[in-house]
Amino acid sequence: MKLTTTSGVVFGVLVAAVLGTACQGGGSPSGSDSGGGSANLSGSIAIDGSSTVFPISEAVAEEFQAKYPNVRVTVGISGTGGGFKKFLNREIDISDASRPIKPSEVELAQKNGVEYIELPIAFDGLSVLVNPQNDWVDHLTVAELKKIWEPGSTVKKWSDIRPNWPNVEIKLYGPGHDSGTFDYFTEAINGKEGAARQDFMASEDDNVLVTGIAGDKYALGFFGYAYYVENKDKLKVVPIDGGDGPVTPSIETIMDGSYKPLSRPIFIYVRADVASRPEIQEFVKFYLTEGKSLVQEVGYIPLTDELYELALKRFQNGVTGSVFHGKGSQPGVRLQDLLKAES
Amino acid sequence: MPNGETTPNETAQLLTAPREWRRAVVERLFLLACLVAVVFGVLALLALLYGVLRDGLHRLDWEFLTSFPSRKAERAGIYSALIGTLWLMGLVTLFTVPIGIASAIYLEEFAPRNRLTSFIQINITNLAGVPSIVYGLLGLAIFVRMLEPITSGQAFGFANTSGRSVLAGSLTMSLLILPMVITACQEALRAVPQSHRQGALALGSTTWEAVRHQVLPAALPGMLTGVILGLSRAIGETAPLITIGALTYVAFIPKSPFDGFTVLPIQIFNWASRPQEAFHANAAAGILVLLVVLALFNSVAIVLRIWARRRLER
Repeated sequence: MKLTTTSGVVFGVLVAAVLGTACQGGGSPSGSDSGGGSANLSGSIAIDGSSTVFPISEAVAEEFQAKYPNVRVTVGISGTGGGFKKFLNREIDISDASRPIKPSEVELAQKNGVEYIELPIAFDGLSVLVNPQNDWVDHLTVAELKKIWEPGSTVKKWSDIRPNWPNVEIKLYGPGHDSGTFDYFTEAINGKEGAARQDFMASEDDNVLVTGIAGDKYALGFFGYAYYVENKDKLKVVPIDGGDGPVTPSIETIMDGSYKPLSRPIFIYVRADVASRPEIQEFVKFYLTEGKSLVQEVGYIPLTDELYELALKRFQNGVTGSVFHGKGSQPGVRLQDLLKAES
Repeated sequence: MPNGETTPNETAQLLTAPREWRRAVVERLFLLACLVAVVFGVLALLALLYGVLRDGLHRLDWEFLTSFPSRKAERAGIYSALIGTLWLMGLVTLFTVPIGIASAIYLEEFAPRNRLTSFIQINITNLAGVPSIVYGLLGLAIFVRMLEPITSGQAFGFANTSGRSVLAGSLTMSLLILPMVITACQEALRAVPQSHRQGALALGSTTWEAVRHQVLPAALPGMLTGVILGLSRAIGETAPLITIGALTYVAFIPKSPFDGFTVLPIQIFNWASRPQEAFHANAAAGILVLLVVLALFNSVAIVLRIWARRRLER
């Protein structure tokens, strides 16, 4: 407890100092005059959190610093949970998150008096993959996926899924238990975060999964869409039927929400008490405007223009809290509806 | 030997000849086993080197060494990680050499042989086996959070810095390798014959004078080996640094011990886990850089050791 108070005081002094300098400089906190004042903008922005969001934050930080060389942006990877821990302890300014804030974290935020602004920045699709030589799978339904992956699943052979498929053992590959990807897949398919059968080849490194599936005709696995895009020639993607017929994951189907339930928004969380700092104002604005093309460049799917506008408005109005009301991820819920409802 | 009459001498030969033969075979087999063990280790290293050279050598140029990380694999470089590792190694050496050697001298030469000493001794030996992540958690609680005014440099008038600094990282890493360094230094001191100490003491020198002029010079080469081993471990460690909040994307180099930092293994891990093939080449090139830095550190220490030994022989 003593620790938090000390660092809190130190941080308070620091914030006061930064704000003091900003006021002396006469810069408007909204920082809308980006053209002339780019060299004057200075300070530092600390970002940490999900490894899924990292490539996007890295790209934005790189471009932002090219424009504002006097602002120091640092990005760390300590996982979504680890990022929130630091964020709620006021050690960082922005938290990268591959899922919405959890109830336990909301509780901690209230206890520590930390207010946050939740901003969606991109979509990440999970793709289900098989070997290119697999000529029998045309699509899988969510019910079939659940049958394969649920805890205590009895599926041992391909013929256990559909009787006319080969009577050969199925080899399963998936991300390890520590990854947000695993959490989301289990939540979306099995209905409970982290609940899945235990007997599958698990690896924290998605490249290992790619190699595994590419080398085994009877393999089935899942991982992030970006890894599929990079290895299209080695893998075959499985269309998923989420109730309205089979849909193949692609930029279009993930963006318009028709590829469901295996696509999810990913977020940054900005601390409300530092959001008025001019460099953070400018950075977040940059993230939600210029960041769009960078999102695609590093392998993720950008939000629609409308969503970016809604997110930017949310930030500029300083709307705090989570549109998910701290209930964690909700597969199938459309982001537009949630954001619009609150804007 | 055909049946028939045998002299006692021949009987003895008959009995021992097969045993001689067996001993020779065992000798050969043992040699072969040792050779296989050596070849196995060397082959594994060669395979790693070959793979890394094949994938990474073409990426290794001056620009790679002097560029900051980037989202574009071909533009990305290892500058901030390289300098971060050098900062870390420098500071860790600064902390561990005096503390490690002084602790070893105290425990070996001065400490009374009582329960407290053996308690400390056992704990140091045990600490050498504690998982590195535990040191990371310790470092986070003590250096990053509790001592933040110091590790962030705010107590010395630095602004815009946090406790997640290269100083905090170095202190954590020092804690991690100190047990190893202390134990190795103690071994080196123990290897100095008792007669050196007794001779010096008999001539009227104090314990400190005996240590300073007789024991320490003789133990120095062995101590350096211990320090090298410790530093080699520190250079490849990632887990404790990630725990205390070392960064992954840093587009500046630490100008003081209070700045944020990243290190080579973190950068390599990040590149290796990217989906794009081009980043894997960067990871391989990063491994080459790490190996070269490690080799440089080791050779400096080996030169120092040879120098210390020569001085001793004179």
